[in-house]
Amino acid sequence: MTLELALILTLAIPSLGGLLVAISDKNPNQREAMTLISAVSLFAVVIWLTQQVAAGARPALHLVEVLPGLSLALEIEPLGMLFGVVASGLWIVNSIYSIGYMRGGNEQKQTRFYICFTIAIASAIGIAFAANMFTLFIFYEILTISTYPLVAHKETNEAKSGARVYMGLLLGTSIGFQMIAIIWTWVATGTLDFTSGGILADKIDPTMLPVLLALYMFGIGKAALMPFHRWLPSAMVAPTPVSALLHAVAVVKAGVFTVLKVAIYIFGIETLSTTGASEWLMWVAAFTLLTASLVAMTKDNLKARLAYSTISQLAYIVLAVAVANQLSVIGGALHIATHAVGKITLFMCAGAIYVATHKTEISDMRGLGRAMPFTFAAFFIGAISIIGLPPMGGTWSKWYMALGAANEGLLLVVGVYMVSSLLNVGYLLPLVVRGFFFPPPEPARSLGAAAVDEHHTSSSGGFAEAPLWCVVPPCLTAVGCIVLFFYADPIYQFLLPLGRP
Amino acid sequence: MIQDILAHYNYWIIMVLMMIGIYIVASRGNLIKKIVGLNIFQTSVFMLYITMGKVEGGTAPILTGKPEVFSNPLPHVLILTAIVVGVATTALGLALVVRIREAYDTIEEDEVRDQDNATVAEEMSRAAR
Amino acid sequence: MIAALEPHLAILQVVVPLISAPLCSMLRRGDLAWMMAMVVSWLAFAMSIALLAQVMATGDISYHVGNWAPPWGIEYRIDAVNAFVLLIVSGIGAVVLPYAKKSVEREIKPSRRAHFYTAYLLCLAGLLGVTATGDAFNVFVFLEISSLSTYTLVALGADADRRALPAAYNYLVMGTVGATFFVIGLGLMYMVTGTLNMADLAARLPELGANRTVDAAFAFIVVGLGLKLAMFPMHVWLPNAYTYAPSVVTAFLAATATKVAVYVLLRFVFTVFGTGFEFAALTLTWVLIPLALAAMFVATIAAIYQVNVKRLLAFSSVAQLGYMVLGIGMLSTTGLTATILHLFNHALMKGALFLAIGAVAYRVGSTNIEAMRGLGKRMPWTMAAFSAGGLSLIGVPTTVGFISKWYLVMAAIENGWWPIAVLIVASSLLAIFYVWKVIEAAYFREADDETAIQEAPMSMLVPLWLLVLANFYFGIDAELTTSVATTAAKAFLGGGG
Repeated sequence: MTLELALILTLAIPSLGGLLVAISDKNPNQREAMTLISAVSLFAVVIWLTQQVAAGARPALHLVEVLPGLSLALEIEPLGMLFGVVASGLWIVNSIYSIGYMRGGNEQKQTRFYICFTIAIASAIGIAFAANMFTLFIFYEILTISTYPLVAHKETNEAKSGARVYMGLLLGTSIGFQMIAIIWTWVATGTLDFTSGGILADKIDPTMLPVLLALYMFGIGKAALMPFHRWLPSAMVAPTPVSALLHAVAVVKAGVFTVLKVAIYIFGIETLSTTGASEWLMWVAAFTLLTASLVAMTKDNLKARLAYSTISQLAYIVLAVAVANQLSVIGGALHIATHAVGKITLFMCAGAIYVATHKTEISDMRGLGRAMPFTFAAFFIGAISIIGLPPMGGTWSKWYMALGAANEGLLLVVGVYMVSSLLNVGYLLPLVVRGFFFPPPEPARSLGAAAVDEHHTSSSGGFAEAPLWCVVPPCLTAVGCIVLFFYADPIYQFLLPLGRP
Repeated sequence: MIQDILAHYNYWIIMVLMMIGIYIVASRGNLIKKIVGLNIFQTSVFMLYITMGKVEGGTAPILTGKPEVFSNPLPHVLILTAIVVGVATTALGLALVVRIREAYDTIEEDEVRDQDNATVAEEMSRAAR
Repeated sequence: MIAALEPHLAILQVVVPLISAPLCSMLRRGDLAWMMAMVVSWLAFAMSIALLAQVMATGDISYHVGNWAPPWGIEYRIDAVNAFVLLIVSGIGAVVLPYAKKSVEREIKPSRRAHFYTAYLLCLAGLLGVTATGDAFNVFVFLEISSLSTYTLVALGADADRRALPAAYNYLVMGTVGATFFVIGLGLMYMVTGTLNMADLAARLPELGANRTVDAAFAFIVVGLGLKLAMFPMHVWLPNAYTYAPSVVTAFLAATATKVAVYVLLRFVFTVFGTGFEFAALTLTWVLIPLALAAMFVATIAAIYQVNVKRLLAFSSVAQLGYMVLGIGMLSTTGLTATILHLFNHALMKGALFLAIGAVAYRVGSTNIEAMRGLGKRMPWTMAAFSAGGLSLIGVPTTVGFISKWYLVMAAIENGWWPIAVLIVASSLLAIFYVWKVIEAAYFREADDETAIQEAPMSMLVPLWLLVLANFYFGIDAELTTSVATTAAKAFLGGGG
């Protein structure tokens, strides 16, 4: 197994998987098996690559020269490796969960669903391993297009309009801002290769740097920076495995990953901090952070609440990038992993609740914890990780981000982090508390709800745990949150090269 | 000044014909009249070429063996070509007018447009249903 | 024998379709005529490939018709640019013919089918002639040959919808006015230089210096060609002509006719008049660019409100032509590269889109948006092709549309014209609206009735998907097209002739 072969395999496996899923249309079990085999083999190759990268290797592959001087090329460095591991690892979990969810809810068009997943994962890998901004942009757009059928999956009018907002905002920002930023960079510097220390150092007038940064940051719509965040809550019309994919595995992570890549390898952390080009970004990110948290507290729909929570958590990473300090950048990168694992837990629990009870509003979920102990326990663990308390992985990422800000003397930013963590408590824990400690609603309401579903036995309150395929994955990722706490240091060491110019 | 104008009288004629031709095309609604206007317009262009080719004291460009001053034969050739093109265009245009008469029962542009608008309105209302 | 023909390739390229046209007419039967037209189209395509190969290997080809030396004889001059355009025109012709059989059988009366193919071959010959020739008046002759046959082709759509007739008539009137303007300009130039050979004109015009006649000639030629290439605001003939013409005709025209007119404009502005021509530079900046921007926005917005998909695509074509004119107006290598690239890319995009909608017309009988409902399920391959073409229009990476947009925005940024770069991007984004209208109708709406609609026949799907795959291939590996376009742009700007 050479490095180049492994690189090609990371793109080939999900693509081939998509083809195999397509031809297995008539045989659901075979089709699901194809997805799982692809996911597991992809993860295996990625892990092997991680070991090589940890030892110092930098696998690179040149695919095709698209325009003179601009090629589709791959090159792995620590940040990309981390994103690759997160994406491929969580794909396995998400696939298991999807199988349970889609079968449990007897959803339509499942083959199209799984095919789009494989293409989306392939594009996420492409983004993770892109060697230059051109390649990244190409895969970024493919990701948008391949997730459109997933968001519009239910094909209702709601799904259609939600998907419209999704596509409109993502394509609008990427073509409208990001493409201009990329071409500007290309014209000014003659290259788009990701380089340690950035490529813009003396090529652009320092007063224009904030403008270029703005074009990039707002152009990376997947990072959900306000005011272009609306696509995230709109995408909630999708089935929950898609939301899990969007908000933990691929789409939003691709967004903040791109933000980090641009900041570290196009601008360079040194350039950002010495020119102060990212100061305005601190304000925008902090505003997004706090506002999204506040909005989350007002939402009764669980998925909507989690959506705004994601917007807020993404802004953490953007804020860390804006601080432009070695520690905060590493913290931001670490947050990709910890937030992914934490958020996917929360979303999968939300989906499990829906499959088991058809409930979507938090106010309806009182007392459900006693009927669905595992789900709610997993939710609790995931929530603690998001809030950032030990012994969950989220502690470390928030710690480093805050430390980085403190190192720069930006105590206001530290304050923002603290306030937001308190707000996190305010919108995440009530569900757990209500679930375990409040009595279930009156029998009349629960009877009405139970009469709609056919697949539970009538026990206390009329509900039971969701099918095993829907409960085991969130429990696995919840355990993952705890594991991340203890294994944060190896990841930190792995990411150290990021901060060095 | 008058001398200048009179010396270039061919250009003035050409301009007048050109303007008349274009005016007819634009202002008349009768399809056949439009083609007439087109023809007048094209004729003015023919005049431009032919008058341009005249050499002072020159005669028709036919070789007779005697040394003579000839007018430039090339514009004549060009115009023959252009006349043929013009004839073909007129023929096609008139054929189209015949077909339009058969299909619409009129050769007035505004009546054709009214009938077409009615068709469009009908299509839109079917779409709305 | 092929070796004996090879030196005459340049003229054979035009003569073979020209001669086979009347032969087609004599064949009477539609399917025989189709067979002849297909063979000839493929021959023409093969010849254009050979010409391009020859030009790339040995440089410009100069062919003297009848062995009369220029500038008195007519010269056919093939360089990298027009070899490329020849390839586009004959390529689209070759791809569209297999598709045409079933489509023509559906849309045109049996008695007229042989005439359809006759007119088609005449049009092909005319377009190839315009591209290959090096003599300015010859351009006019072949331009009119192609235009007259185009008017006929559009009028043949009357068997399906009588509105094709006024559409063809209006096209005729406007097209003739345009051609006549062109001839006036040509006459003025002949008057001051005494030659009609384009290379010779290019050599003689600079000697005249600032000359009002030459300025007037330039203006007439630009306006005349503007009418032919549907430059805003002279585009009014296009929507009706494209909508009511038979599907094959629309696909062929959209991909070739206006492109050839753009090529002629490039040839005249840059080769004949040359970049030293002051008046030209002024016109390009102050006239062409505002008109191009107007085209981009007005046409795109008009497209959004259309109910008929063919008409929607027609307005989209006007907008795309606006991009090409914008590239010309930039007066830079990158801008011209963008225009020439877009000549090729747009042919691929619109060819695919119109072939797809033609397939829909074949099966469903209508091209209104309401007829597209639910087609995503019943004609999956056709609608997938349409979606791919739509993505290309928007400019999504991996499609040819992206490559064109990239160069256009790059050209604007290199010139420092930031507002224009923003406007280019904004109009691309507007295109999302009208593309998505169709995609949503096809994939998200249920059909009104339960009539069984089958997928389009293979003879239609194969050419369609060939164009779609070309879309993606040249969007991922744009090496060939960009190198040809850049070479051509440099040749245009580096000097005349």
